[in-house]
Amino acid sequence: MKSKSLKALQYAALLIFILSIIRIFTGASDLTSIGTASAALLLSVPIALAGLGGLFSERSGVVNIGLEGMMIMGAWAGGMIGSKHGPWIGLFAAICFGSVGALLHAIATITFGVDHVVSGVAINIIAAGLVRYISTIFYKSGAWLGPSQSPDVASIGTNGLPVLSGGTYFGWKSPDVLSVLAEKHWFFISDTAAVIRGVTGDLSYVTMIAIAMIPLSVFILWRTAFGLRLRSAGEAPIAAESLGVNVYAMKYAGVLISGGLAGLGGGFLAIVAANHYQENQVAGRGYIGLAALLFGNYRPGGILMGAGLFGFADALQLRDSASIHALILLVVLILLFLVVRDFRKGKALKAGLTLAFASLSLWYFLAVDQLPGQLVTMTPYITTLLVMAVASQRLRMPAADGIPYRRGGMK
Amino acid sequence: MKKFKLSTVLLAIAAPLTAAVVSIIISSLAVLATKKSPMDAYTTMWEFGTTSGSLMQMLNTATPYYIAAIAIAITFRAGLFNIGVEGQLRLGAMFGAYFGAMFVLPPVVHIIAIMVIAMTIGGLWAAIAGYLKVKRGVSEVISTIMLNSLAGGLSSYLLANRFADRTTASNNLSTKEIPASGQFPDLMPLLNKLGVEDQPGGGVYGMLLFAITLGVLFWFVINRTRFGFELRASGANPIAARVSGVNSKRMTFVALALSGAVAGLAGLPAVLGDTHAFNMGFRTGIGFTAIAVALLGRNSAVGMAISALLFGFLEVSSRALELIDIAPETYVIMQGSILLSSVIAYEVVRRYKITLQSKELAKAVEA
Repeated sequence: MKSKSLKALQYAALLIFILSIIRIFTGASDLTSIGTASAALLLSVPIALAGLGGLFSERSGVVNIGLEGMMIMGAWAGGMIGSKHGPWIGLFAAICFGSVGALLHAIATITFGVDHVVSGVAINIIAAGLVRYISTIFYKSGAWLGPSQSPDVASIGTNGLPVLSGGTYFGWKSPDVLSVLAEKHWFFISDTAAVIRGVTGDLSYVTMIAIAMIPLSVFILWRTAFGLRLRSAGEAPIAAESLGVNVYAMKYAGVLISGGLAGLGGGFLAIVAANHYQENQVAGRGYIGLAALLFGNYRPGGILMGAGLFGFADALQLRDSASIHALILLVVLILLFLVVRDFRKGKALKAGLTLAFASLSLWYFLAVDQLPGQLVTMTPYITTLLVMAVASQRLRMPAADGIPYRRGGMK
Repeated sequence: MKKFKLSTVLLAIAAPLTAAVVSIIISSLAVLATKKSPMDAYTTMWEFGTTSGSLMQMLNTATPYYIAAIAIAITFRAGLFNIGVEGQLRLGAMFGAYFGAMFVLPPVVHIIAIMVIAMTIGGLWAAIAGYLKVKRGVSEVISTIMLNSLAGGLSSYLLANRFADRTTASNNLSTKEIPASGQFPDLMPLLNKLGVEDQPGGGVYGMLLFAITLGVLFWFVINRTRFGFELRASGANPIAARVSGVNSKRMTFVALALSGAVAGLAGLPAVLGDTHAFNMGFRTGIGFTAIAVALLGRNSAVGMAISALLFGFLEVSSRALELIDIAPETYVIMQGSILLSSVIAYEVVRRYKITLQSKELAKAVEA
């Protein structure tokens, strides 16, 4: 375990190193700025929460495409109830509403044995429709300004790491060492400082809770009896049942926790990432959370990496499209690395094709000054697709994932 | 024996009946929650929905749903799930409209050419998911969702920067108009001859006839050809299919590409029959509603036709609810509750049937 986190740190340092080089060459200073890092974190959190939700559900053996719908319910409840009763109650409502969506999914799949994907898609369609219907009613009654947007929600406080990244502790205003370092524009050192400052400073308390969910999930799933039983329901339900595990209960628990986390992710979007609910706010993040789960090979650490990658791509495209242009250079570098590797392995043809693609990308990088806005918005989705294409083959999903389970082997 | 037959009939209608009852209860509750009378809502919808103008709009709404639902059903039958129909139909319609406006061909040939373009684009777009699934093991559910978002970005980029007709000064970006030879004739003249009067804003897309043909073709290919058998076999039991010589990887790829090709056509009824161009007002959400249509219709040609018409009816007739101060969005609740309750009801009935059959069998063995 120890050596693994060390390795992850090494990779992170390498990534920042490469990005610093690209920053120097292209002048795309937003690539490693504090703003980008903190935006990336803000955008990663809902996806990581959705991914964790998927983790609990799929570890118990229920595929959960309905995450998207549960996030929609959460976002809507967060905006609606949060604008009336304050952000914390709004977040609690988001968790509850996400769980209600999950309860529907659980009843359909576990009690009635409906195909998991079918039920999940139905949940997504219903959630979107329900939310639109009730929003229209609120709008008509005059409580909302528009049928697709809730009133504003009060914001939740922020804080940072003491000494390193600012914040206030019991009235004492902490210095902000990392920001000072980041201002210096020293190669690599300032970049590293900026990235760390971005993900540790001005953190919403909800963000801290969300980050804490990751080790907490590891603990619950791999260090408690409950976690063992839940995972056994997803790996070998018949064997688990024979040992006295209540498989139905475990699956219900998994799906409900899943809905709560997805709901929290939705609430985060409405309350922390924005300050109101808006139609289409979720915009496929539930699905991307699912992709992060698959990319992370059904493990919390992997989910965090997948969510971080997506969040970074999303933050860049939102903040500064010039940085996306610079990112093409990163693709070229990765491709060149693959060329060398393939050539050494004696795969000349594959290496040649990759080289051609790399030169094409380089040519595009040099020929175009800035990518058109509509294409830049596609970056996170292309990233997800490419990463899935590279990562999918080493996946090992829970053995009984997606198979409807009937107690006693009944059809 | 007579008694047994009665029970099969009962079983066949049990699921749709239960689903209908449950969804009516849920929708009524939703209307009641706004302190309005559900009966008023239903009578208003029925009265408005059965006027001939509304019925025409219902057909126009149902036609793209049906074509898109067939596309989804192709993958369902093969044990796959193409959620990417929305993106495929968008790209298909846009490329079809753009290239279709560039040339003039004899009437029927022109329409066929546009359809072939739309099918090629939709098929290629879905083939990306097929390739990733077969070669890289990427779940088609995830990849088609990502491809939807990509299709959205790509189409708005291409429309704004490449495909839009710069000669007309309008805020609505639009491709050039397709010449008359490429426009699908409306069914209105035909209906006039049958004694139906013109309606304000009326007209029935000619592609309705094409959709019906496609439905028949779908039924035939899936149920009566070797290809259809192999498709169903690789969906029902991939291992058994492989053992009996079906190349399941090939089937996976073909099913996704074919699904995309059919999906590419689903945006054309409005483009060829009404706007004659692809513009920013292109209807969104067809591909997602069509998933519900396919699920509700149990992937059968007739079932999907009925559910497409039902969804079209609910959508059009609920517009009248505005008049009695009920949110027209009520139809979304109706569609959603019908979908979920029918999915559950069918599963319960299916399982009950199996129990019943094994009991019958046990009795027969004992006797």
